[in-house]
Amino acid sequence: MGVGIQVEKLNAWFGKTQALYDISINVMANHATAVIGPSGCGKSTFVRCLNRMHEVIPEARAAGRVRIGEIDVYNGTSAVQVRRRIGMVFQKPNPFPTMSIYDNVAAGLKLNGFRNRKQLDEIVHRSLTYAALFDEVKDTMHKKSGASLSGGQQQRLCIARALAVEPEVLLMDEPCSALDPISTGKIEELIFQLKEKFTIVIVTHNMQQASRVAEFTGFFLLGKLIEFDKTEKIFTTPSDKRTEDYITGRFG
Amino acid sequence: MAESAKSSASIPPVSLARRLTDVLVTASAAGAVLLVLLPLIAIFAYLVYKGIGSINWAFLTQIPKPVGESGGGMANAIGGSVYILLIASGLGVPIGIGAGIYLSEYGRNRFGNLIRFTADVLNGVPSIIVGIVAYGLVVLTQGHFSALAGGVALAIMMIPTISRTSEEMLLLVPQAIREAAYGLGVARWRTTLSITLKTASSGVITGVMLAFARVAGETAPLLFTAFGNQYWNWKLNQPTAALSLQIFNYAISPFDEWHRQAWAGALILIILIVLSISAVRMAASRGMLKGAS
Amino acid sequence: MNSEVVAGTRANAEPLLKSGDGAIADRTFFVAVLACGTCVLALVVLIVYELITKSQLSWHAFGLGFFFRSDWDPVNDQYGALPFVYGTLVSSILALIIAVPLAVGVAVFITEMSPRWLRGALAFTTELLAAIPSVIYGLWAIFVLVPLLRQYVQPALSTYFGWTGLFSGPPYGIGMLAAGIILAIMVIPIVSSITREVMTAVPQQQREAVLALGATRWEMIRTGVLRNARIGIVGGIILGLGRALGETMAVTMVIGNRPDISHSLFAPGYTMASVIANEFSEATGDLYLSSLVEVGLALFIVTIIVNVLAQVLVWSVTRGMPARSRG
Repeated sequence: MGVGIQVEKLNAWFGKTQALYDISINVMANHATAVIGPSGCGKSTFVRCLNRMHEVIPEARAAGRVRIGEIDVYNGTSAVQVRRRIGMVFQKPNPFPTMSIYDNVAAGLKLNGFRNRKQLDEIVHRSLTYAALFDEVKDTMHKKSGASLSGGQQQRLCIARALAVEPEVLLMDEPCSALDPISTGKIEELIFQLKEKFTIVIVTHNMQQASRVAEFTGFFLLGKLIEFDKTEKIFTTPSDKRTEDYITGRFG
Repeated sequence: MAESAKSSASIPPVSLARRLTDVLVTASAAGAVLLVLLPLIAIFAYLVYKGIGSINWAFLTQIPKPVGESGGGMANAIGGSVYILLIASGLGVPIGIGAGIYLSEYGRNRFGNLIRFTADVLNGVPSIIVGIVAYGLVVLTQGHFSALAGGVALAIMMIPTISRTSEEMLLLVPQAIREAAYGLGVARWRTTLSITLKTASSGVITGVMLAFARVAGETAPLLFTAFGNQYWNWKLNQPTAALSLQIFNYAISPFDEWHRQAWAGALILIILIVLSISAVRMAASRGMLKGAS
Repeated sequence: MNSEVVAGTRANAEPLLKSGDGAIADRTFFVAVLACGTCVLALVVLIVYELITKSQLSWHAFGLGFFFRSDWDPVNDQYGALPFVYGTLVSSILALIIAVPLAVGVAVFITEMSPRWLRGALAFTTELLAAIPSVIYGLWAIFVLVPLLRQYVQPALSTYFGWTGLFSGPPYGIGMLAAGIILAIMVIPIVSSITREVMTAVPQQQREAVLALGATRWEMIRTGVLRNARIGIVGGIILGLGRALGETMAVTMVIGNRPDISHSLFAPGYTMASVIANEFSEATGDLYLSSLVEVGLALFIVTIIVNVLAQVLVWSVTRGMPARSRG
């Protein structure tokens, strides 16, 4: 089962510029939570703070409390350990170009020392099945490189790769923005199924997508969390005027 | 256009003088090309013409005969060159690639810029000076001319080149690939080696082979480091023959027999260099299809 | 989906991967590559150190006057480096005089005039010239160029241009002229490739703007491209100078190796690099060796200054794109 995420007063900076202001949020286990807002509002930054990817950028830092299940992300666990418990799917599919499809999925395990061949086979099989990619690649996964697949397939490959390390949470940063509508549809369907086993946080600039896949939605603006509630409520009767302005298209 | 009361007849045609100049300049430029191609063709032609007759099994397998006697070959020089180049690569390639990794992954700062600048400066140091330095460093310490000294001299020349080309190739790997690995919880060192370097590997190898081809023909740094040897030598601390050294010594000697062998040795040397450069170009054009895009 | 294999459910909630977080390995790796990077700096320090310490003897014996005296006399332990300075400068300048017009001409032809299909082949052949080792240039020069000079070129030069005073003395074949010519051939690829690089960096709009005014192709090249690229071209020429200054083997083989200063290009001479190449391994006596190292130190300083100057000029045009097959 997935776990919940509790964020308390999260702040983040790029050098001297502050990007997130006192974000506090409670993400429910085994549900999909969407993060929406106009460009530059900090939604990607927020999600990258959850698995400490934010600090990969030079001069970037974050402060605050983030608990994922029983792990305190910023206190007492190394970034590397955190990232093994949290999976991430990026905006543009980024399979490892020198590896086969199989090796791509197994990468998270093999690069961390996992050697048992039989178990690896099982896990790769399972992850590709979850990502609804197995049937399409089962004959070629050892021979074809990860980069030889189509855009939508590559993104599903990246999802399988993230799932292979058995994370509890899956973070998705605008996973469909580089894909065509059909691939987008397939991935949204996937998210629906994955919700049963994982906790999903998905950043999206597409409000319709948020209402399709997520039970909860958080609206960000200029680095602050303006409103967080059930998706239905956000999109029909938002409490904050700014939320209403955004979803009705007055800005964005 | 409409307001031009002046009709098109008053736009002057390009004068004869200007057109003539244009043609003359084009002809001169083409002439320059021919003039430059001339020595290139001449050199290759002479190498083949003068050298091909002397390359035979004996030449490739025998060591030099005493002065005055005909026959003998450059086997020890060819072997010596390979030996010295192996030493040079063993030292220069790891350090060069390591420096390249530092520059691309950790060195986007002032210290990194200092290293970059220094590497570019080092690339311009005359090779004879490198020889002096290796002499002071190795030959004086060991007490004799040696293969090691020659290898060190050539390694000093390889390191700056390899570090800059490696850096360039590593920088071509998209940041998204590194982030994908970090996102999976892979440690930074492992990501750099198993993902970033691996993705850039064909480009990095190309750079290494270019550096290799460049030092393979060097003579000056070996003059007082490896020094040369009329016999076989595989010891690290003894003078060793090298193909380029042998060519030089034979060419300036007064003996026709040695002149003949110098041409043969030169032909072998140029063939080896052209082969490595062609291999590099082929690998580069194929490697571009996979690897770092 | 296979319900018995449910991800995220583990009986004891322990992570699948038990290995450590690699903090120590990260630190070690960083130190290792940092050491490699520092090695590059260390090399320069090493070079400077070796050159300075090993030339102390002659520096104290002769002072700065070392470079203005022309007596190079190992027998009597008297050393003056002026002939070498002279020889290096004259051979390099002569090489540039011959090489620059040809190299720029080749570059202009390849970038602006040549049909597309020919471009790659021509570029490749100029790069091939750069790959030929110095000793092979020297070999060819001794046995092909020098006889040519001796039999045809030098007599012709002294007949028609002897009045300049540059072409006097017996036509040995070997000498300053031969050195200048072979150096020119070796320097052409560098100057040509940098010129091509900076010419290609000139934006297409510049060319089109000049053409739209009704210029012929040459006029377009002159005002639209060369004028914009001229700083970089000068940088390329200086880079070629740097190469010529340090070139050793080919020059040694044809310059005659006589420490004389003469106004005639037919006379044998000596360069800083050549004297080191020829006499270093046979130098008996500490003062002798030290003098040779001091010549090396001077050569090092001059080539560094020239190369840095060239780098700055070329970078200012190409914006610091790393060099590919340079030199």
